[in-house]
Amino acid sequence: MSLDSKIPAGEMDKKWTDYKGHVKLVNPSNKRKLEVIVVGTGLAGASAAASLGELGYKVKAFCFQDSPRRAHSIAAQGGINAAKNYQNDGDSVFRLFYDTVKGGDYRAREANVHRLAEVSNNIIDQCVAQGVPFAREYGGLLSNRSFGGTQVQRTFYAAGQTGQQLLLGAYSALERQVALGNVIMYNRHEMLDIVKIDGKARGIIARDLVNGTLERHFGHAVLLCTGGYGNVFYLSTNAMGSNVTAAWKAHKQGAWFGNPCFTQIHPTCIPVSGDHQSKLTLMSESLRNDGRIWVPKKKEDNRKGVDIPEEERDYYLERRYPAFGNLVPRDVASRAAKERCDEGYGVGTTKMAVYLDFADAIIRYGKIEAGKQGLENVSEADIIKMGKGVVEEKYGNLFEMYEKITGENPYEMPMRIYPAVHYTMGGLWVDYELKTTVDGLYALGEANFSDHGANRLGASALMQGLADGYFVIPYTLGNYLADDISTAAIPTSHPAFEEMEKAVSDRINQLMNIKGKQTVESFHKRLGKIMWDKCGMARNANNLQEAIVEIQALKKEFWSDVKIPGDVNEMNPELDKAGRVADFIELGELMCKDALNRNESCGGHFREESQTEEGEAKRDDENYSFVSAWEYKGESDWQLNKEPLTFDIVKPTQRSYK
Amino acid sequence: MEHYNMNLTLKVWKQKNSTAKGNFETYQVKDISSEMSFLEMFDVLNEQLITDGKDPIAFDHDCREGICGACSMYIDGRAHGPWSKNTTCQLHMRAFKDGDTIVVEPWRAAAFPVIKDLMVDRDAFDRIIQAGGYISVNTGNAVDANSLPIDKKDADTSFDAASCIGCGACVAACKNSSAMLFVSAKVSQLALLPQGEPEREARVLNMVAQMDKEGFGNCTNTYACEAECPKGISVTNIARMNREFLKAGLSTEQ
Ligand SMILES: Cc1cc2nc3c(=O)[nH]c(=O)nc-3n(C[C@H](O)[C@H](O)[C@H](O)COP(=O)(O)OP(=O)(O)OC[C@H]3O[C@@H](n4cnc5c(N)ncnc54)[C@H](O)[C@@H]3O)c2cc1C
Ligand code: SF4
Ligand code: FES
Repeated sequence: MSLDSKIPAGEMDKKWTDYKGHVKLVNPSNKRKLEVIVVGTGLAGASAAASLGELGYKVKAFCFQDSPRRAHSIAAQGGINAAKNYQNDGDSVFRLFYDTVKGGDYRAREANVHRLAEVSNNIIDQCVAQGVPFAREYGGLLSNRSFGGTQVQRTFYAAGQTGQQLLLGAYSALERQVALGNVIMYNRHEMLDIVKIDGKARGIIARDLVNGTLERHFGHAVLLCTGGYGNVFYLSTNAMGSNVTAAWKAHKQGAWFGNPCFTQIHPTCIPVSGDHQSKLTLMSESLRNDGRIWVPKKKEDNRKGVDIPEEERDYYLERRYPAFGNLVPRDVASRAAKERCDEGYGVGTTKMAVYLDFADAIIRYGKIEAGKQGLENVSEADIIKMGKGVVEEKYGNLFEMYEKITGENPYEMPMRIYPAVHYTMGGLWVDYELKTTVDGLYALGEANFSDHGANRLGASALMQGLADGYFVIPYTLGNYLADDISTAAIPTSHPAFEEMEKAVSDRINQLMNIKGKQTVESFHKRLGKIMWDKCGMARNANNLQEAIVEIQALKKEFWSDVKIPGDVNEMNPELDKAGRVADFIELGELMCKDALNRNESCGGHFREESQTEEGEAKRDDENYSFVSAWEYKGESDWQLNKEPLTFDIVKPTQRSYK
Repeated sequence: MEHYNMNLTLKVWKQKNSTAKGNFETYQVKDISSEMSFLEMFDVLNEQLITDGKDPIAFDHDCREGICGACSMYIDGRAHGPWSKNTTCQLHMRAFKDGDTIVVEPWRAAAFPVIKDLMVDRDAFDRIIQAGGYISVNTGNAVDANSLPIDKKDADTSFDAASCIGCGACVAACKNSSAMLFVSAKVSQLALLPQGEPEREARVLNMVAQMDKEGFGNCTNTYACEAECPKGISVTNIARMNREFLKAGLSTEQ
């Protein structure tokens, strides 16, 4: 099989319009006969299920939480990008496209990114129409802020709860379709495999998590909107339940995996406090609009942050990257923090942290506020008080969260932050139509690999999830289903369903019967440690080779010594987790193989062997300007296929934020 | 922040499934750091139970940052525990001291049946949203986002109401198991926006009807809901919903 990304011909800015103008359509009466399975109801899945339901398809949607409103998308804080140019600061579809391709370090497909930038504006319109309460200015118009890697203000937000408000918008559209009978929602259900008939995805096997029953569901097409796999590292900013199982099962049945090693490490997270740590908490990138990042100039400086005088602080991002300063892209900011800590300049008890300081911003805002109110001779204390008020309005919920977790007041002393795993750019390989290498099987949102190259810019994941669900899949799916209108629903008594249900059931029983001594959690932690140490922020061939061997051994140990309590036919969270960890282990191996194969640095993938003299990531366009699409061949056996990347518009250069 | 370790006694509600009879079990946990979150303390306990061949405690959780609304423990007689404006997952062990006994129960309400241990079924909330918690706008039907300016004050109040996480603490805290705070938050969010105007009356009537059908109790203005709401949703939303309801009732009778 060869890879065909199906990029439409023609000028970059006409491709999507042309595609829409010529795509095959399904008439309304035929839509009613076509069934679509949507796995996952985060931003991508909820928007897809709602939009397809509105079009008249018969939709079944699945999520493992108790309600679609709880998908991991709910936790997104900072904002969503769009090329509205409401601020008149020179933004445009082209600039958003350009920034995203460059931000992704020239490892994304231009045509996909251009489409994303084009539909970005429709997303904002749609969300506002649904009642999403974005932040507004006094004149009643929408407000914007900046995110890393850009020099315009194009990020729309709702305090630090943008993901929540966008997801609740999509959720309400979804629930409306449920009420109308166009969508059937299955919550507390986990998809455990896909069912293929004659090479096409025709359904899934799902487990009702409340009573453990396996169910068969038919669909003319299956959409995976199941999110990212950052939890392979155990500690990440992802929700506890986020997992790779759906994508992994699809992969083992023929869906190739794109760029698995492309992981985003987010620079500003609350540092690890001890062995008990179960997850890490993000402090939104929006904080870098106003917060300044620094470490002491002196190694092992044990004074409190506030006691270190200005001239003894090293604002290392401002020093190294004067043009972008604290707003360099995430990969750059993360590596710079690691570099300082590795050199011994870290702060806090663990010394694995840097400061994010709002003292200057508080004074700056205080002065502006005093000016606005026409006050003169204001005391410094009053200025600080007013400044804190402004900062609270902007970031109040984040500051509160920080204080709850650390017990420290960030209005009084700088925050301590450190990079943490946050997002996965890699995912199931999809073509321009979001179709995987399995016919009838689609991947949307963070679950696919498509738009962010080797590094995602802030506020672009929400944009991509909603673009895929609201504005892309309604067209591209029709193009496929138009040829399927005469296929009647296949009864789930078909042998393919029977076989797959048996395979799923056998695996569950196998897991339960191991009856070993070590808990699921302990295996997950060990996997996470291997991945973080050897396939994390900095990677090298030696470490990666070691990691592969260690992961293979861990897999053996897991399958002979894991201990799962309880029964199959009941609510059993440990069993659910065991299946997910088993899949993470296999994925971990592939990630290391991908990282080993890609002997260049690009975006979030930093190979120590490939850096500039100044320690920046050094791409190797001659040898690695391609998407790695891994084909599963058997246990620990993959074949690498390459989709060459060409850049017609944005010519690859060494990314510079200086 | 100074940290310390503590030993604790936990009395936790165990219930095998929705039909089984439940009871309190007592557990001891040792060397719990004050820096842990409450759920991390439960992780430690569960690891210990699994290793000892016992049944771990089932509870809902996902984001662990106070935003998904999954976590739902009734701790020492308070929904989400002793800290105000806080979710269970954001409660940290600094709130307790060495030697404490902590009692943990599920949400208790007829409309929220127990699934297992501390996990309850909150589907009723989804069905209330299905009854009208939306604006009927199909994808692709929207006008430019800035074509309709919205008074910042209204937008901010709408946002405050929209920040409800659907956790159900308001119901658990209320002696009547009333869902008024939850329902009024959604009604208010949409009533305050011009986009919500066309369906304003039908929305409040249908959502309230569904709420009653689900078996939530009446509101007798004790405000326990507001006191325990992790997102500080204000009872002024209830007053607003009552006004909306009356107005809608009057106009549909005409
Ligand atoms: C803390 C945090 C903050 C962020 N902030 C921002 C931001 O400000 N701006 C931005 O653009 N991006 C942000 N992101 C990234 C962004 O939130 C995510 O990439 C995006 O929301 C993913 O959406 P999704 O719909 O693809 O997946 P998800 O929201 O993860 O949804 C996955 C869905 O799949 C379901 N599912 C998974 N597996 C199965 C299965 N086997 N069976 C059934 N159902 C399944 C789940 O139940 C869920 O419904 C942030 C991420 C984090 C972690
Ligand atoms: S109103 Fe408050 S307590 Fe009730 S569901 Fe919403 S967030 Fe939870
Ligand atoms: S686990 Fe999400 S709010 Fe507590």
